[in-house]
Amino acid sequence: MNELLLGLADDELVIGWRDSEWTGIAPMLEEDVAFSSIAQNEIGHARAVYELLAEDADALAFDRPLDAYRCAPLVELRLLDWAHAIARRWLYEVADEIRIAALMEDDDARVAGLAAKINREEAYHRMHAEMWRERLADTPQFRAAVEDLWPYAAGMLPAKQREALAARAHRSLPSDKLLLGKERGGHTEQLAELWDEMTMVRHSAPAGAQW
Amino acid sequence: MAAVEVPTDEQGLLEYVQGGGQVEATDRLPDDYRAKLVKFIEMHGNSELMGVLPEREWILRAPTLQRKLALTAKIQDEVGHAQLIYRVVEDLGKPREQCLADLIAGKSKFHNVFHYPTKTWGDVGVIAWLVDAAAIISQKALLKCSYAPYARIMKKICWEESFHILHGRDVILALVTGTPEQFELVQEALDRWWGPLMQFHGNPIPAADDPMFHWRIKSQGNEEARQQFLEGYVPQILELGLTIPDPKLRRGDDGVWGYTEPDWAELKSVVTGHGPCTAERLEFRRRFLEQEQWVRDAFLAA
Amino acid sequence: MSVVWEVFRQDRKGQPFEHAGSIVAPDADFAEAWAREQYGRRGESVALWLVPREQIHTVGDWADEFDLKYRRVDGYSIKARLKEARERAAARAG
Repeated sequence: MNELLLGLADDELVIGWRDSEWTGIAPMLEEDVAFSSIAQNEIGHARAVYELLAEDADALAFDRPLDAYRCAPLVELRLLDWAHAIARRWLYEVADEIRIAALMEDDDARVAGLAAKINREEAYHRMHAEMWRERLADTPQFRAAVEDLWPYAAGMLPAKQREALAARAHRSLPSDKLLLGKERGGHTEQLAELWDEMTMVRHSAPAGAQW
Repeated sequence: MAAVEVPTDEQGLLEYVQGGGQVEATDRLPDDYRAKLVKFIEMHGNSELMGVLPEREWILRAPTLQRKLALTAKIQDEVGHAQLIYRVVEDLGKPREQCLADLIAGKSKFHNVFHYPTKTWGDVGVIAWLVDAAAIISQKALLKCSYAPYARIMKKICWEESFHILHGRDVILALVTGTPEQFELVQEALDRWWGPLMQFHGNPIPAADDPMFHWRIKSQGNEEARQQFLEGYVPQILELGLTIPDPKLRRGDDGVWGYTEPDWAELKSVVTGHGPCTAERLEFRRRFLEQEQWVRDAFLAA
Repeated sequence: MSVVWEVFRQDRKGQPFEHAGSIVAPDADFAEAWAREQYGRRGESVALWLVPREQIHTVGDWADEFDLKYRRVDGYSIKARLKEARERAAARAG
């Protein structure tokens, strides 16, 4: 299975799940609505990539064992304060843009085509993240959040893409020590909690049950 | 022909709206009318907002990607509706921050159904199908509200709600044609929700005694709404093989539905803040409202 | 934060822009982002106009004291004369 694509799909699934945690509790109603749109787009992207990889997108999304997921620790973190949520949105979009650009050059036309579609939809996410970053840039809360999450953002991309990310985020590459436990390939405890809740209804009926 | 002149005296305005006339935010509104509008419309906004809380955790637990997307969109609509509704209240003179503060302090109300727990995926279907159906009956009647800005947003709200009921019914249909355990999920949820559903439209006071009817804020009586709900949805429920937990529920030969008298004391207790989940949900809202105050302040400062 | 933006939306190309509601936002970027959500997330609008409420010049009263009906359709009642003209034409023909 294409590890890169699975990583993309699992990232989108999990960050979509995390972004949905703001339903009803965003700082203003307008952002509740905006985050819901972003989350729907992300789940939609995950689904489209899963469909490229397998017959049954739901089976791929819900029915794998925990260690078969390929999401990066960045998206697994439960971040229920706005500064961190927005910092992650912004860092994720910057990193994702680099990843998607590479996929748009893929030899497989279906992959390149899907990446192009995703890229077009992401334009709104980038605009939204940049708008918020500008507004919160001078606040201590946001600066601290970016500081916290920057190593996780670097850990989301393969080593060869991290220079580009550092340039766009105007930061220097984190040390190996700082990256420990934050790179793709391992999982946080928070993914296990998320996965339990995500699969509890589905797993309450036998495999193949309709919903 | 000359434009309709909205009367500026209270009695004239009353006759005007009782005759079907509508007013705008810029017309001179008597204090009593304005106060009643704010109270009624604010309660609607509160309800849309509080309605999110019983449902939000099921987005996270939705058993397929399609259901996750549909439920996210449905709940998104509800927040969007709250946004539209509070905007109308704001133009009537009460800022959103004040509405939210009053809600959390327990000074204003929201509909009974949003004070109850959701326990299973069966609840998700029952709420999207039947609670939204009960709500849309009232909402369609509000299309005729004498206060035009509110009537106009009701048009958008009704249009968006139309998919909610279909989504809810689709969830229910998947369950009742699934495993026996899945069928039981629906029946069990219906057994719990029937009482609050019957109370939803309020006790059957005659229109003449309903303060909201006086100024034609509401144009439909509570009992009329409930009868419409029963007429439309009881057959749809029964045809799935589900049972309704009211042995007295039956349609009379005159087309009027008879039923066990709902527990009006329970309704009153719940909407005055004593529902099973009222305190915990208001506390949840309060916690995040306070936590993110700095964000709203950053907006004002910039 | 308190700029009220009135939102006008266009259903399809060629249709007029109609008033859809209002949004409170601190600047044009947020007004756009939030208006897109509220009035376009289902693809129900092809375009939006956003205007700060204070920029809108409202016109609401009219003086029509002398009832100049001749310039409107309701100023004409042709039924009676048309009936007579038809009757006379029929008589001439017959």
